[in-house]
Amino acid sequence: MLDQLARLGRSGLDYLASVGRAHLLLLRILQGLSDMLPRPRLLIQQLFSVGVLSVMIIVVSGLFVGMVLGLQGHYVLSKFGAAETLGVMVAASLVRELGPVVTALLFAGRAGSALTAEIGLMKATEQLSGLEMMAVDPIKRVLTPRFFAGFIAMPLLAALFSAIGVVGGHLVGVGLLGVDSGAYWSQMQATIDLHEDIFNGVIKSLVFGFTCTWIALYQGYDSLPTSAGVSRATTRTVVHSALAVLGLDFILTALMFGE
Amino acid sequence: MQIRSVEITVGAFMAAGIVALFFLALQVSNLSSLGNGDGFKITARFDNIGGLKVKAPVNMAGVRVGRVSDIRFDGQSYEALVTMTIERQYNTIPDDTFAKIYTAGLLGEQYIGLEAGGSSDYLSEGSELAMTQSALVLEEIIGQFLFNKAGEGVKPEGETP
Amino acid sequence: MSKEEPLVKIRGLRFQRGARVIFDGVDMDIARGSVTAVMGPSGTGKTTLLKLIGGQLRPSAGSIEFNGQRVHELGHNQLFELRKQMGMLFQSGALLTDLSVFDNVAYPLREHTHLPASMIRKLVLLKLEAVGLRGARELMPAELSGGMARRVALARAIALDPMMVMYDEPFTGQDPISMAVLVKLIHDLNEASRPTSVIVSHDVAETASIAGQIYVISEGKVVAKGTPEAIAASSSEWVQQFMNGLPDGPARFHYPARALAEDLLGGRHA
Repeated sequence: MLDQLARLGRSGLDYLASVGRAHLLLLRILQGLSDMLPRPRLLIQQLFSVGVLSVMIIVVSGLFVGMVLGLQGHYVLSKFGAAETLGVMVAASLVRELGPVVTALLFAGRAGSALTAEIGLMKATEQLSGLEMMAVDPIKRVLTPRFFAGFIAMPLLAALFSAIGVVGGHLVGVGLLGVDSGAYWSQMQATIDLHEDIFNGVIKSLVFGFTCTWIALYQGYDSLPTSAGVSRATTRTVVHSALAVLGLDFILTALMFGE
Repeated sequence: MQIRSVEITVGAFMAAGIVALFFLALQVSNLSSLGNGDGFKITARFDNIGGLKVKAPVNMAGVRVGRVSDIRFDGQSYEALVTMTIERQYNTIPDDTFAKIYTAGLLGEQYIGLEAGGSSDYLSEGSELAMTQSALVLEEIIGQFLFNKAGEGVKPEGETP
Repeated sequence: MSKEEPLVKIRGLRFQRGARVIFDGVDMDIARGSVTAVMGPSGTGKTTLLKLIGGQLRPSAGSIEFNGQRVHELGHNQLFELRKQMGMLFQSGALLTDLSVFDNVAYPLREHTHLPASMIRKLVLLKLEAVGLRGARELMPAELSGGMARRVALARAIALDPMMVMYDEPFTGQDPISMAVLVKLIHDLNEASRPTSVIVSHDVAETASIAGQIYVISEGKVVAKGTPEAIAASSSEWVQQFMNGLPDGPARFHYPARALAEDLLGGRHA
């Protein structure tokens, strides 16, 4: 009985300690900003591996999600004779929810896991230690550029996802199901609000970018420097990011759209 | 050479992302149609606005000419003070125009309908619409209906004695 | 041995990881301009010792001084300043895998000096020449053999001409030829520019051939110190077993266990 209580206490303390370490790491990552600005090449390199290499999966997923929304939305809306509002439905779901959320989930799987594995392996192969002994702070030089690359890339990827999705919905709705093209766009424009919908969507994806990259970097930096440790850290990155994104999405949605 | 191609693709990626944002802002949202405050403001007082909300459309002959931009309660006259932003191109609306709150469909959203008057002066920034009609509140209509019905039933009895 | 103040002075060092005590009261002096070897069986924390000297870990008690500065009391920035005077050769080489051999060696120069690119190029080529890999400068670390990677790492460790170079198990896992090459390199380097060197190793013969002073540590304590000859002539049974590589002696061949017969017959409890 007491043993179990002790185990519970220990795991609680361990958890708190890891939360503390994650925040300290974040602080040091952010402090590295002044060190990174004179070296834009580091950021560009990371924008390439975090952003550019994720474009393909984002574009393809966005297109298909938009097309499915077109099909399903038309099925429901045409029952009420409101097929012209298909554009509204597609755009609102994409811009408000699916764009930021699905992009963040794909990002966690595609870029987040890669970041964790990279940092974890750099730790396991003593590259981080090596940098430290060369009097180079590995957090500033390795983690900071990756963090800001994730933070910048996420809203751009989410915008790409939503834009491609709207076009995908148009392809199916207008091209296949015969919704009027003018109605598709005009209904959309009349209903979707720049502040309410699009800015809030961008804010969501900024928050998700911050969180997912932070989780990925922390898990990599805090991983045990063994192959099992890195693989576990990679799994944790995907799981924790997905949970964090969905949880935060609920909170943000409640704050933004709840009255 | 290799660094250059990385820089180029990153540049293309950033450009594509920004283009996507602009696409969302211009093509998907109402940025283009509502020119963001690009219009003139007029006010109107209503006894009761029902469920009217900010950003509700302002229609004229069924065409949207503006949006409700502000709703306030006037503590002196106990009326609702509604500010509407009318798009700049509709600058030939007579100043004795009649404003009425309608409901789209039986249970739909409420909007303001304008009916043109006959004046030769036009509405401009700061004009106030003098003639308004409040929203129809369902409870009031039902209440009135029941009252009238009751009145019809009671009257003959009251007159007989 | 020179009579001047040693470069690294360790006094009463105690270090523990969780409940496990790794060092318990270690005193050590590393003389300037000499090769000091720290030897001991695997798992005695030799690498930990180097990390303590480099300030990557902090001792639980005791003090570590490098060139008169107490390493474990320095702030973040001072520590990084101090490390510019240290070079470290990691067991794995720790080369940055996304940079070529040339860029790896140039990395500390680019980070810590404001030399023009042409100057950096010359310095890097000279360092690579010293380890015999000038021709391999375009290769990526993944294309190098283990011995070559370690030589590149050595070139990188000495790129800034540090006061002290620390070698973490430089000979482990090398074939006889690359081992001989590394022994020669470390020896030549010390002949040429006389940095202070610390070698952590359990390869007895190779280390003894280049070291001026040897510390043998075991179970958190220094069990023997002196010149290679003195160590070889040590009367301690344990040191003899270690230096001569005998399978059984004071350090048992068997991990502590119950008697074999008991284990085999009563297997149920295992």
